[in-house]
Amino acid sequence: MKFIKQTGLIIFLLGLFFFIGTIFTGSFRLTQTELDNFIQEKGYKSDVIKSQLTNAIVTDKDLNIFEFSSRVRNAYNMSNKHYDKLIAKYDAEKNWDKKAAQFQYKIFGKPHSLSFSLAKKAGKGLLVENTGLMWFLTFGLGIIGALMFIIPDVILLGKPGIKNDGIFLNAATNRGWIGWFAFIFLVTFYILLYFYPDLIVNWVYLVDPISKSISGNPASQWFLYGFLYCVVMAVMAVRMYIKYRHNKYQILRTTSVLFFQIVFAFLIPEILVRFEKPWYDFKNAFPLDYDFFFKWNLDELLSSGGFGLFILVWGVVLTIVVVPVMVYFFGKRWYCSWVCGCGGLAETLGDPYRQLSSKTLLSWRVERIVIHAVLVFVLVMTGFALYTFFSGADQALGIKTQTIQDIYGFLIGSIFAGVIGTGFYPIFGNRVWCRFGCPLAAYLGFIQRFKSRFRITTNGGQCISCGNCSTYCEQGIDVRAYAQKGENIVRSSCVGCGVCSAVCPRGVLKLENGPEEGRINPTEILLGNDVDLMDLVNKN
Amino acid sequence: MDHIVIIGNGISGVTAARHIRKNSDKKITIVSAENKYFFSRTALMYVYMGHLKFSHTQPYEDWFWEKNSIDLKQGFVGNINTKEKVLNFSNGENLTYDQLIIATGSKPNKFGWPGQDLDGVMGMYHKQDLEKLEKYAPNNDICKRAVIVGGGLIGIELAEMLRSRKIPVTFLVREASFWNGVLPAQESAMINEHIKEHHIDLRLSTNLKEIKADENGRVKSVIIEETGEEIYCDVVGLTAGVTPNINFLKESGIALGRGVKVNRFLETNIKDIYAIGDCAEQHEAIGQRRNIEAVWYTGRMMGETVAQTICNHKTAYKPGHWFNSAKFLDIEYQTYGWVFSERGKKENEAYFQWRHPKDNKCITISFDKNSNKFLGINTFGIRMRHEIFDKWLTENKSIEHVLEYLADANFDPEFYKFHEAEIIAKFNQENNTNIQRKKKSWKRIFSKA
Repeated sequence: MKFIKQTGLIIFLLGLFFFIGTIFTGSFRLTQTELDNFIQEKGYKSDVIKSQLTNAIVTDKDLNIFEFSSRVRNAYNMSNKHYDKLIAKYDAEKNWDKKAAQFQYKIFGKPHSLSFSLAKKAGKGLLVENTGLMWFLTFGLGIIGALMFIIPDVILLGKPGIKNDGIFLNAATNRGWIGWFAFIFLVTFYILLYFYPDLIVNWVYLVDPISKSISGNPASQWFLYGFLYCVVMAVMAVRMYIKYRHNKYQILRTTSVLFFQIVFAFLIPEILVRFEKPWYDFKNAFPLDYDFFFKWNLDELLSSGGFGLFILVWGVVLTIVVVPVMVYFFGKRWYCSWVCGCGGLAETLGDPYRQLSSKTLLSWRVERIVIHAVLVFVLVMTGFALYTFFSGADQALGIKTQTIQDIYGFLIGSIFAGVIGTGFYPIFGNRVWCRFGCPLAAYLGFIQRFKSRFRITTNGGQCISCGNCSTYCEQGIDVRAYAQKGENIVRSSCVGCGVCSAVCPRGVLKLENGPEEGRINPTEILLGNDVDLMDLVNKN
Repeated sequence: MDHIVIIGNGISGVTAARHIRKNSDKKITIVSAENKYFFSRTALMYVYMGHLKFSHTQPYEDWFWEKNSIDLKQGFVGNINTKEKVLNFSNGENLTYDQLIIATGSKPNKFGWPGQDLDGVMGMYHKQDLEKLEKYAPNNDICKRAVIVGGGLIGIELAEMLRSRKIPVTFLVREASFWNGVLPAQESAMINEHIKEHHIDLRLSTNLKEIKADENGRVKSVIIEETGEEIYCDVVGLTAGVTPNINFLKESGIALGRGVKVNRFLETNIKDIYAIGDCAEQHEAIGQRRNIEAVWYTGRMMGETVAQTICNHKTAYKPGHWFNSAKFLDIEYQTYGWVFSERGKKENEAYFQWRHPKDNKCITISFDKNSNKFLGINTFGIRMRHEIFDKWLTENKSIEHVLEYLADANFDPEFYKFHEAEIIAKFNQENNTNIQRKKKSWKRIFSKA
């Protein structure tokens, strides 16, 4: 068994090695016709970009992706500089007509996105021509190796039960060198994905056949991300199933998040695209789905006929009715740890890191400030977006809607939710985004705290203050602080993962939905000590 | 302003300090030789096993004490001058008090075994024991085998700890079955099996004769009393119970038995001196409880109680219905009310027992065979709701009532399999009754006794 596990690790690392290695392989060039078609598709009117790109990438040379990317970006800059100069010149000459005529030649968008689009057409070589084989050497080996590493635990971990032996003695799960390596890998991955998609174009090639078979279109980097997300969750869900095989709550919950990720977040939107409907994830509720009310999205939905309208209505109903009603009955866990994709990744890939969340009072303070600030931010932004949509004005109060949207998308959507939210798993624990950033979590939290039937019941006087519950709370709630006082835990941030209850050696904690009355129960004296309670009450 | 000094920063002393602070602005000093900050002793095992870091065992952050103006003093009290109300520390320092609370807890028993003080012999009680264990048994290269002497809760915990690092363990238990002075035979037998499932070499009815040293004064082996067998090992764990940690009080004039003698108000024979927790010994036992109770929650409750008395609200220590819990490797155990083992049970007490055919789950309900009054329940592998059983015990419910409403008391996580139907069916079959299971009702659960 141990041998299988170690072999699995080697195979996984080999797969990872190939996966990273593919970035540096292949060559990229276009024929003149391909480039002309591309420019036509894009509707570029600039002659400069055409000649620049022709010089740069219509070549016999074997350009790797880095050279290719830099040549494309250079062409982009040269073209825009050329017209910027003309604009400045005509501006100085006060030749307004000519000045205005130059703007149509400028190219907008991110240089790396242009480079990605071109690279997606320009790839040559082993990988592009043998995606099946290369898929197996990267994804395939990674999956097989990981499963070989995980599945022997059925035997190696021994009898079913809590299996946390050695977590704080292990370099992977206690911020050791493996943890830091994973951190660097994840952060780099997210930075490449969000800001340098052209550099990982080879990875996108790998999943092209899968994308074509589902949506009919070649893959984008977002398809790659969605596919990778599902694969990682599925593999790590197997680990959850083994680790918590004695605990039905954990097994059902893991199955649920996996189902919603694969079916709702991945398959349904891609299939919608195949039927020429808007890409939409039916479970992704505003304000986590922060661009739902952006003008481009509303326009797209409204131009998609009855189905678009249905999505629009569902999106609004989901946030205004479904979410709060469900939180009232079940707590925010129904979303955060049974349905949500971010939660799903946190509960599978992130589970080995849950113990790293900070439990200090200071971090609780920071959490409340930051998460509510993000909620305010998203609401203000949405106000601007709706104003823009209804009035047609592209700014209000002297601020451009687009600017606010760009800042949010960059700071919150990319950096916070992605780079920090997932990249920092191995350092700050697996719910960094959910705890400090997610505006939907903040909204659900209000309802959970003030109007819900959900609580974690503390079992009378059985607590021995051991601290397992607090340590393994991914949301950094000091569960023990309540349990040792005999108080139920009613906290807006609790996502109801149920692990505090699982790791408790004394059977003290139970997640349950019960009557609101008596849900919050501060106690002076714990159950068991027969001091005259009425006396105490009267004295105060 | 009164100066309250508490010796010992375990759960008893710290609870007393917290509640005194809640109810007064008296000056409070907690003295400890073990560790500056309060930690949960019961969690030490998880530090060795790698479930927690030591800092996780500390329920309060370090700023808590200063914020609540509770002074922490590190030092070892050598003697108490009760006339002058002064503590003499072993390093020559002094500290005066107005009221003193002794909460010094326990220390592991040693029964005069030859070799019991050798290097590599340790209890599993203090933080220092954990450090010793890290030194002598960091892995199974350095510690090829460990022998544990004494089959109680700490013994099985120590075995679990060592097994977490794959260290072979021989577990010497004096009794014919694990903890059978406390547990009924059914449960004790289940734990015996479970210990063996964890590859622990369990030796029942086996006593330690002596511990032998190598040439460096370190443990080399143990000799078994019954067979004379020599078992080679690098670590010996002595876990044959605990005894109050009160040696430093011998000259103080405070009345001592096995522990510090106290009355119901936790007062010693000397005015303004109280004793709480593991080290306190009641003159007369309370109910069926022992005079000395080395249990986490009784220490906490005594702390709560003495704090009331010190804050001019004189309160007797009245522990309610007995309850407790533990975990034997993977099996959780809870008990509410009194279930005595076959060895300890009285003539009128009868058992109703159920055991799951496959899983490590079982229950024993103790009841009065004349009146059918419910006396207590042991559950293994099933969690129960403390408040419900506390209420049933107060209301003197019958065993039939308990079984009928057993679903109200279940505290297992959601989606777990329920066993009430099988349990009730077995009782009906054995007793020719027709008890029908009632569905769980929030209304009943929340109705106060």
